[in-house]
Amino acid sequence: MPKLKLPAPPIPPALKPTPRRPHEHQHTAADHAKEAGIGAIGWVDERLGASGFGRWLLFRKVPKGTNWFYTLGSATMFAFLNQAITGVFLAMYYDPNAINAYESVRYISNEAFLGEFVRGMHKWGSSVMVILIFLHMARTFFFGAYKYPRELNWVIGVALLILTMAMSFTGYLLPFDQRSYWATVVGVNINGTGPLVGPYLSDFLRGGPDFEAITLSRFYAIHMMMIPGAIAALIGAHLYLVTKHGTTAPPWYKAETDPELRTEKE
Amino acid sequence: MNHRQKEQYLRDYSVLKNQGKPFWPYAVAKDGAMAIVVVAAIMLMSLILGAELGPKADGTTTTYVPRPEWYFFFLFELLRVIKPPYLVPLATIGIPTICMILLFLLPFYDRGPERRPERRPIATTAGVFTIVAMGYLTYLGAAAGSPNEIDMNVPASVKAQGVQAARQFEAGKQVVAQSGCLACHKIGENGNDGPGPHLTEIGDRLPRDAIAQTLVNPTAPMPSYAGLKESDPQRFENLTAFLSELKTQD
Repeated sequence: MPKLKLPAPPIPPALKPTPRRPHEHQHTAADHAKEAGIGAIGWVDERLGASGFGRWLLFRKVPKGTNWFYTLGSATMFAFLNQAITGVFLAMYYDPNAINAYESVRYISNEAFLGEFVRGMHKWGSSVMVILIFLHMARTFFFGAYKYPRELNWVIGVALLILTMAMSFTGYLLPFDQRSYWATVVGVNINGTGPLVGPYLSDFLRGGPDFEAITLSRFYAIHMMMIPGAIAALIGAHLYLVTKHGTTAPPWYKAETDPELRTEKE
Repeated sequence: MNHRQKEQYLRDYSVLKNQGKPFWPYAVAKDGAMAIVVVAAIMLMSLILGAELGPKADGTTTTYVPRPEWYFFFLFELLRVIKPPYLVPLATIGIPTICMILLFLLPFYDRGPERRPERRPIATTAGVFTIVAMGYLTYLGAAAGSPNEIDMNVPASVKAQGVQAARQFEAGKQVVAQSGCLACHKIGENGNDGPGPHLTEIGDRLPRDAIAQTLVNPTAPMPSYAGLKESDPQRFENLTAFLSELKTQD
């Protein structure tokens, strides 16, 4: 079996393992375990060829001056992951039909183990995600990070913003209490006032001319299947482009010639 | 950006990138710390603020307050700022759609090579203005008064019609209060100025039948009261009686 030489991760000097002295005993159990681990990873990588991708993703450099503002994008993604995970657990108990929906939410809140906590995380997670997505967008805007060559990534980001808003609009109806019901009636009516497509859009959302039982299943399907898939796919594309073009440097940083080259010139 | 500026940017960027630190583990550590803060904040909010569940949805009652999630307040307040009925589609769909298109196309009409905010006065001013406007509209939405209270006495003209009429006026006022009509309408000193029209003198402008007709078949985005008319005709009667008595008082 060919041995794969894994690239050493660039860790800080203090944490780097010191090389073994030649006279020290070589074959401990730990060494054998390490060998076996490398062998197993090598076996998988020989068949997947994923190590190149991993290196490309992880060992790329992030430009000088990158600060905490640059964590807002990944923070938005973690808020989305929070929504996805808590959403799966809510879906285990939720019953998307007009007769039982409210009862099932009441069951989640009052009886299911940690139910209210998980529902609260899902509810407040949406607010946090919207705040983070706007902050991330503001950072991108004020730092001019949407300019060449990252124009398309901005477009993907705006699509993600709109899908997030659509998520919260469709999710608001699902508890099926008075507030969510009537707010959604008004929201769908607002869509209906739009020119040309407006009436068709509100008919599509309601599943007919009136707000009926089918409306809830429709909102559930959009909230559970359609938009999350689209968001996950677009996040993938967004991250691919971020990795390809690299994160931007803060606009105040100017490139300087390598100090060593400069000393040679003088 | 012309070809030279593009080349210049790519060259400068690759120099800065080479002077930077590797994504793993430096950026990953920062992102991880931020992720922990985010999840901890969500958990804290869930524990402290909880997730309330109101009464069950019922299409036939009218005891509701149509209030969206707070981050839609700015869209809802836009309806209050823009009053004339023929401009309502502009507020509901027009302005949001235009903003969305402007947002999508931003990198295609702002193509200058400059990236520093202090050297892009137009872009920075527009951005700050947008943030302030959205913040102000959200604040207005959050500060809007409770739409469930009406402070109003039975007017003399109704009192003159006898006890029965006065009682019906009071009952109708209750329906209006419970229905949260004041979220969008103004009656005297009560309620909000828009998106719906003033109801202070609606009795002068519309006869009672026309008011009933409007309640059953309203202009969007107002919800229909056909459900109430079917399930509880008496309450619907009280509602129309109350509204038709809202007239100019001498």
